[in-house]
Amino acid sequence: MFRGDQVASLFTRCGITHVVLVPDHMMGAWVPAIEGAGIRVVSVCREGEAWAVAAGLYLGGCQPLVMLQCTGLFESGDSLRNVLHDWKLPIFSVIGYRSYLNQDKLPGDTALAFTEPILKAWEIDYRLITAPDQFDVFAGHLEASRRAQRAGAVLIAEG
Amino acid sequence: MSADRGMPLKEALIAVRAARREDEVVISTMAIAREWMTLGDHPLDWVFVPSSMGQATSLGLGLALAQPQRRILVLNGDGSQLMNLGSLVTITAQQPANLVIVLFDNGVYEITGAQPTPGAAAGRSGGDRVDFGALARACGFRSTFHFTRLEAWRTGMAAAFAGPGPTFVVLDVAPVPGGKGPRSPGPTVDRARRFMAALRGRS
Repeated sequence: MFRGDQVASLFTRCGITHVVLVPDHMMGAWVPAIEGAGIRVVSVCREGEAWAVAAGLYLGGCQPLVMLQCTGLFESGDSLRNVLHDWKLPIFSVIGYRSYLNQDKLPGDTALAFTEPILKAWEIDYRLITAPDQFDVFAGHLEASRRAQRAGAVLIAEG
Repeated sequence: MSADRGMPLKEALIAVRAARREDEVVISTMAIAREWMTLGDHPLDWVFVPSSMGQATSLGLGLALAQPQRRILVLNGDGSQLMNLGSLVTITAQQPANLVIVLFDNGVYEITGAQPTPGAAAGRSGGDRVDFGALARACGFRSTFHFTRLEAWRTGMAAAFAGPGPTFVVLDVAPVPGGKGPRSPGPTVDRARRFMAALRGRS
């Protein structure tokens, strides 16, 4: 969908200091460029950790961002709830939308059925991105969320 | 950890409080937070209430990476640690030299009525006990310690905290009979704001 250098440049422009992630094939491809831009990548073992690590980084004065696939969003609900709603920390996330563009590999993938209802249930202000010409939507939402110091997410379609 | 063994939780925490550095962050959670709050407050206390159970070690890692000049002390329980064992691997992947985890192992989920955890001898069909120190060593913690008696903890704590980190300390503690869950000490947003200000050197 997007090139690593595009994403890294956006993160740099937005002052992101750390990316906390469990990679999928899309985000994993961005990691070398993100690291190359001087942003520290913290790989966690399971997605619930990512929100808490990001919370600690934010409290400590850094500007972290979380990246995970929608399946990891499902796994990490309680941690997300605590960080974004109990403590109201403005952590932005990039979420891979598995099977959105191609269901050949996983026909009837239930990740498609539950991802957006769950984002809505957790009251996450997200933007759906389904085409490479929507990088401005990604950038605009991240920049606006950073300016307003509020949580947000982009949900990026994957094949 | 069986119910008839282990040092008193509050006494173990009083020892931590007495040795605490002024610039040190202390993260407490669940039953430990309940007792820690009775010992007074400090601008660099992060009483992780409300929490997502298990995430104190991960929050501690984030703070340790953000504040490498400070020691970050995480006071965690064995039930909480079991919920997030992977965090031990995540921590050692980053090797924060300033992070110390103190695991208070009482073998039970104290605040829900003291049911044995699956890591405690009473919770396992084989009657064995999970060795958290061995787990931490296997994950790559540079320094691990295990204290079973209060006097040994009082005299050994300074050496345990001296590093090099990341450090993992197991304390055998006795459950507190009838111990309840911790109450939030105040509005979360205000507490987060004050904590961040304290880290920046303002109270």
